[in-house]
Amino acid sequence: MNPDLVKMIFGRLNLEALPLHEPILVGTFAVVATGGLALFAIVTYFQLWSYLWREWFTTVDHKRIGIMYMILGIVMLLRGFADALMMRLQQAIAFGGSDGYLPAHHYDQIFTAHGVIMIFFVAMPLVTGLMNYVVPLQIGARDVSFPFLNNFSFWMTVGGAVLVMMSLFVGEFARTGWLAYPPLSNIGYSPDVGVDYYIWGLQVAGVGTTLSGINLICTIVKLRAPGMTMMKMPVFTWTSLCTNVLIVASFPVLTAVLALLSLDRYVGTNFFTNDFGGNPMMYVNLIWIWGHPEVYILVLPAFGIFSEVTATFSGKRLFGYTSMVYATVVITILSYLVWLHHFFTMGSGASVNSFFGITTMIISIPTGAKMFNWLFTMYRGRIRFELPMMWTVAFMLTFVIGGMTGVLLAVPPADFVLHNSLFLIAHFHNVIIGGVLFGLFAGINYWFPKAFGFRLDPFWGKLSFWFWVSGFYFAFMPLYVLGLMGVTRRLRVFDDPSLQIWFVIAAFGAFLILLGIGAMLVQFAVSILRREQLKDTTGDPWNARTLEWATSSPPPDYNFAFTPVVYDNDAWWDMKRRGYKRPLTGFRPIHMPSNTGTGIILAGLATAMGFGLIWYIWWLAAVSFVALLAVAIGHTFNYHRDFHIPADEVVRTEDARTRVLAAGAQT
Amino acid sequence: MSVATSRISVQGSEPVFHVIDEHDHPEGASTMLGFWIYLMSDCLIFAMLFATYGVLGGNYAAGPAPKDLFDLKLVALNTTMLLLSSITYGFAMLTMEKSKIGQTQLWLAITGLFGLAFLGIELTEFAHMIHEGATPQRSAFLSSFFTLVGTHGLHVTFGLVWLVTLMVQTARFGLTTANRRRLMCLSMFWHFLDVVWIGVFTFVYLLGMLR
Repeated sequence: MNPDLVKMIFGRLNLEALPLHEPILVGTFAVVATGGLALFAIVTYFQLWSYLWREWFTTVDHKRIGIMYMILGIVMLLRGFADALMMRLQQAIAFGGSDGYLPAHHYDQIFTAHGVIMIFFVAMPLVTGLMNYVVPLQIGARDVSFPFLNNFSFWMTVGGAVLVMMSLFVGEFARTGWLAYPPLSNIGYSPDVGVDYYIWGLQVAGVGTTLSGINLICTIVKLRAPGMTMMKMPVFTWTSLCTNVLIVASFPVLTAVLALLSLDRYVGTNFFTNDFGGNPMMYVNLIWIWGHPEVYILVLPAFGIFSEVTATFSGKRLFGYTSMVYATVVITILSYLVWLHHFFTMGSGASVNSFFGITTMIISIPTGAKMFNWLFTMYRGRIRFELPMMWTVAFMLTFVIGGMTGVLLAVPPADFVLHNSLFLIAHFHNVIIGGVLFGLFAGINYWFPKAFGFRLDPFWGKLSFWFWVSGFYFAFMPLYVLGLMGVTRRLRVFDDPSLQIWFVIAAFGAFLILLGIGAMLVQFAVSILRREQLKDTTGDPWNARTLEWATSSPPPDYNFAFTPVVYDNDAWWDMKRRGYKRPLTGFRPIHMPSNTGTGIILAGLATAMGFGLIWYIWWLAAVSFVALLAVAIGHTFNYHRDFHIPADEVVRTEDARTRVLAAGAQT
Repeated sequence: MSVATSRISVQGSEPVFHVIDEHDHPEGASTMLGFWIYLMSDCLIFAMLFATYGVLGGNYAAGPAPKDLFDLKLVALNTTMLLLSSITYGFAMLTMEKSKIGQTQLWLAITGLFGLAFLGIELTEFAHMIHEGATPQRSAFLSSFFTLVGTHGLHVTFGLVWLVTLMVQTARFGLTTANRRRLMCLSMFWHFLDVVWIGVFTFVYLLGMLR
């Protein structure tokens, strides 16, 4: 065939893009393909496609979208963790002249993919999923402000994840580290598709994240139940509000800086090049202006979860609600004033470095205030060590260590020694695993019964907890030691045999975490099997305090048959205390948004456009872009996007709940 | 572990814990707020491009500088086009308030024409510069110049597509509540682009001539 024609049709995509020469990838592909086919076969056999399409893929229900985010996050956690295990194994054996088992070309992709996936496609979906699920319930709303946009945001996040996953088997991923610093990430040093996969994966997902941020801000500002003033909002809702403000105020920066990098790569502009006046440090500054708020985007909701959990399982009102809110707001603001601490070694001089060093240290004050608030909430509380509380206590111990090493790194002279060392790696895993992940696990165990109507199995949960926590310490404490000895990050082979023992201990820790993840998956399976024993009929299995526990588990489509009226911070606690009686009559039809497939179609087109741009398949990019516009415009011609749940149906649903409650009260 | 609501003793009078007389939420009640927040996020993208221009705008790499390239008279004409389009959009909104559909459409069309004129002049300017060898690849100054001004132009282009869409929808469905809301959103978008352009005009063109 005419090579020009082939190039026009396939761009730079050819058979060599398939990694047939890399046995590890071929093996992975075999496993993934078998699993995927099995899943496809099962869904087809049980004729679930139309159910999935009608009830899930096209849903605008914030609860279902939240659950889909969680599934996405957990699936991607497996991928990101597989990368981590491979790195740990490589570093544990690449001593004494051994090259390990991973060639540099592959190893570099793995550490990049690990970072990108864990932040963007594990932590972000899990955080967004919990916010999506819980926030509307906590504020007594029926859905988010823009339900269709919510569906679209979710599918854009999936689209980004699909592009990143595709790079595993079609072409390759970036070999630049998770922030793709130029000049390395520029076309001269990374001419292949890796960085393009990175760029378009993040751009597609970034659109979704920004829109979901706008959506949740509007929801919290506009849709709170009557009586719920700002200072009566549950703390999780507060931290979600601050997180979404951070999302809206930082993700556009990521979009802009990645767009500039793509211009450099595609058009040949000179933003981040070394000649023609370009400046690579401009990129580093811009990306950290997004990147530092990003870590607070992840950790603030976790702080909110801990606040809910501590109050609930201590059986007490949260200590220092007002200070908790102000601490959250202060952290939100300060997170914009610290970005330069990621590159003190840039050489911006003593004055600039001390400014950013001091602002960084100041952040530990509101964070410390929060820590004391949780401690004082527990003080003299009747503490129940259920799983969410166990994760919270583990967080408090672990996060304080991570916080202290963070303050250490905030001192510019110390940072000059520790910059890019394994000490830094240990520090941020200490705060992200010990803060964000433990928080998410606490949240999953806490809200699971609300979402599915049965609790998670405590035995396997505790097993998972102990493997995770001990595994974390085994995996990362050695990295502090290695970092202090001067070992830098992202190394593939080592000369000094005395270091090996520490890497072996770290690999052992990673193995423990593997058991923790395994136990967690078993926990899900066992809980589904034992769902009758673990059933929650009350809607309030933990004797909790906030509004989401006022409705049934799982909540009906409309969340609340009547919009609740709020008098107190702990609205549900107040209702229980003052003898709230569930209304049994007077139900009305409820106004709800209708499902639509437009979100998934738009996101599919955006993903196809990304794929076309990555492989220089220009016709595909152009066609998808035009189709994207056409579908979006076409969607605006649909003016009827809502319906009413008839009063009869509401009556049926509520009567069923009345019967369940009555049966529960008798036993 | 579970506490059924009925088991908790009643203290004091019984407050009302739910809204009894509830009506449908008005559709699109959060749209204006949401659109404002979106505009601010877009504003941040422009802020980044301005910042990049601020840092890299003096790096000519021995290539052409603003003084060699900018034709202030042309830019003044261009600015006039965009400012006039904002005024005419304002007229469109005023007539919309009076529910005069024909006049609204007329003003919207005039707005679109001014927008097109703006884009035409901008493209002429770009073509002229590129013809002289002042391409986006020539220097970091030109990279950041074309990106900042071009991103604004791209926004205007999308605004025009949106404008045409809304004119069709207004023609087909009339000035319904939904269409009024959409026209309001586009109005904010259009004025926002005007504000950004004033920044571009001052910061890029006027200050560029002084450099």
